[in-house]
Amino acid sequence: MADDAIRCDACPVLCYIKPGRTGSCDRYANHDGQLVRIDPHVVLDRAVSRGESVVAFLGKNADWDGSLVSGADTFVTAIGAGTTYPDYKPAPFIISSEVAGVDMVTVVTEGIFSYCGVKLKIDTDRHLGPECAPVRSQGEIVGHVTTNEYGSQMLSLGGVRHLTGGSRHEGTVTCDTLLNLCNGKAAELEIDGGAKVTVQSGWPPVVDGVREERMRVGCGSATIGMFAKQWEGKVDDVVVVDDHITGVLSEHQAGKLLGIPPTGIKMKGRRSTPGRYFKVAEPGTSWGGTNISDPLSILAPFEEGVAWRGLRLLMVSTTGEHYAYFELDEQLRPFEKELPANLRESVERIRENCEPALCSVLFMGGAGGSLRAGVTENPVKLTHSVRDTLTRVTCGGAPVYVWPGGGITLMVDVSRMPENAFGYVPTPALVAPIEFTMKLTDYAELGGYMSQVRPLSAIRQKEEESRKRVPAHPGNPWPLEVSEKGRAR
Amino acid sequence: MNTRAQIRMLPDGRRLHMNDGPIDLIVEAFGARGEILRAYETAAERFVTVLDELCAELPQLRQSPREDLTPRGVIAQRMTRVVSPYAKAAFITPMAAVAGAVAEEILAAMVAATTLSKAYVNDGGDIALYLAPGQEFSIGMVERPDRPSLFGTLRIRSADAIRGIATSGWRGRSFSLGIADAVTVLAGSAASADAAATMIANAVDLPRNDKIVRVPARELAPDSDLGDRLVTQSVAPLTANEVRKAVDAGANFAQKLRNEDLLVAAALCLQGETRIIGSQSELMSQTNVRQGRTLVHA
Repeated sequence: MADDAIRCDACPVLCYIKPGRTGSCDRYANHDGQLVRIDPHVVLDRAVSRGESVVAFLGKNADWDGSLVSGADTFVTAIGAGTTYPDYKPAPFIISSEVAGVDMVTVVTEGIFSYCGVKLKIDTDRHLGPECAPVRSQGEIVGHVTTNEYGSQMLSLGGVRHLTGGSRHEGTVTCDTLLNLCNGKAAELEIDGGAKVTVQSGWPPVVDGVREERMRVGCGSATIGMFAKQWEGKVDDVVVVDDHITGVLSEHQAGKLLGIPPTGIKMKGRRSTPGRYFKVAEPGTSWGGTNISDPLSILAPFEEGVAWRGLRLLMVSTTGEHYAYFELDEQLRPFEKELPANLRESVERIRENCEPALCSVLFMGGAGGSLRAGVTENPVKLTHSVRDTLTRVTCGGAPVYVWPGGGITLMVDVSRMPENAFGYVPTPALVAPIEFTMKLTDYAELGGYMSQVRPLSAIRQKEEESRKRVPAHPGNPWPLEVSEKGRAR
Repeated sequence: MNTRAQIRMLPDGRRLHMNDGPIDLIVEAFGARGEILRAYETAAERFVTVLDELCAELPQLRQSPREDLTPRGVIAQRMTRVVSPYAKAAFITPMAAVAGAVAEEILAAMVAATTLSKAYVNDGGDIALYLAPGQEFSIGMVERPDRPSLFGTLRIRSADAIRGIATSGWRGRSFSLGIADAVTVLAGSAASADAAATMIANAVDLPRNDKIVRVPARELAPDSDLGDRLVTQSVAPLTANEVRKAVDAGANFAQKLRNEDLLVAAALCLQGETRIIGSQSELMSQTNVRQGRTLVHA
């Protein structure tokens, strides 16, 4: 018997459990030689998800006692509702309920989105890859790098070209990647000429094996502006190293205003305006999103006659993660010294002003004509109704942003949707829930399938066997809430 | 009576959830309200001794079945009976059918004591079914147990010779010697479906392929009935040829089992490829993927 295994005596099976593993129940585990109990709900949830949870109800109360509920507190999501695509048939569920005296109707369907994708916002200043570079999963191209936005790198994944326009394997891998990301799971991505990054909605990105902790507080120049006052008198010059705009205190407008004298510092890179430098180094995953590990490599020799022996210089990255403190010797060469306590504070201040770095995943797709035809006999009327904000669109009960322009192209934050809300078909395409909620009278006006409208109670009684109730996301507006005009918000 | 077992209604107020050690059951009965309650009482009463009965002869159940040694417990006997047809040609222990056999036992106790229109006992995906004449169940099928997304539904009617459904694969809770993501078997009983699914999942395999990471079962779980046999820990993406070869191996074996009446139908899933053994009508919906899912269990 392996001596590092422990015997679990929680039940008569008496499993021997190796470190880092669970017993046959998946409930008790060996954690560093200790028998620990894992939350029993995990097991229950797993058993249930392995079980039947396909169609979901969103209830405001997590603990439903089994009694019939009033319509206003139950919202039928489209998760697991099925779809009638590609037939021009009414959507699987068209449900009416009374909310604040107004008859509301929710058309519930699952859309098959072969034209869909994911927009990823990855909070990091590290260089993930050049713009337009292919993003790969399991070796297949599933998307590309787009722009570098404030403190974040944006990736665009999926879209019809990768889903159905490439090889079969490319489509399958793309679909798999999108599905994992949309269902809140992690995806490992590799960028051509760039980094390997693990992303998961609501979690920090992991870039080349290093977990990103913080988002920068601002660019190098902005950081100078924010902290100049706190550095005054404690240090003679500060360089905030940043791949975009490196800031130098003594030359910066903020330093001038405080009367900080010139220090004879010479920066590499291209000067933009006083105290602001572009391209002091190449992009990378080190200091402030550059490739440097030695901060002195971005400095040229100090100017004689201006600089002085004993000049105090702080170099810090935009997140405060990297820093070094130097003093000049007689030949005006910088020598590293321990960071004085009164400067440590400002470095820590930079760090604490950097928010936690996270990955956000927005699902983006267009509700095509046939999906809209499941709602009304005249699909364009649904588009108009959404435009006129008579109809509210939700995905699994979560609010969506509907793009201006033609069609119903929407984006939704997957973290606001219930778990495992997305599915797939072998096309390959993603299956996403989509609900249209409006006043019953408006539904009639836009040519809705009035004969198919069923009261909520009928759904409950006849088909509740296969439903799962989940609590509504506390941050989401309630989909059935009616604004003052009696319209769905 | 043991004090470990947890028995409670799920928040939906309809289904009964029972847990004891590694046994996790979801039970649902259909019929008159009084009969359902009585069925649940019966199920709970039977459930509380099940784990102790099994553990009393666990060492024997973790070894290949022996003709000269019949276990005492009725569940253990059922487990041994259903794995015996496989034991001559391959390694198998009664533990391969434990989940299905437990589901069957609880269902049998409920059905014997009450009058129900239908009922199921789901033991972590291995399901025992009861259908009164004229009744039917719709079952949703998942391709990967770790990612519940349906690839099809099937309808089981009282006239069909199917009373058990089981799924096995390396991604599931039990170890597998093969590489199938999931093998779902429909059979006359849950225990026989369980044994067949385990063996077919083992047969979906590519010997000596370095895309497959295998570890001796004992290294992961020192007391596994599989001993030093290599169990699958991960499978890298395979070529279309490799997938076909592996699925062929499993499908041939499944077909053989079908010829011997050990199963009614089976669905084999590996990296997006799905193969059906048995008549298409028994596993309908392949063309109706994700459509018409109004009733979904399993």
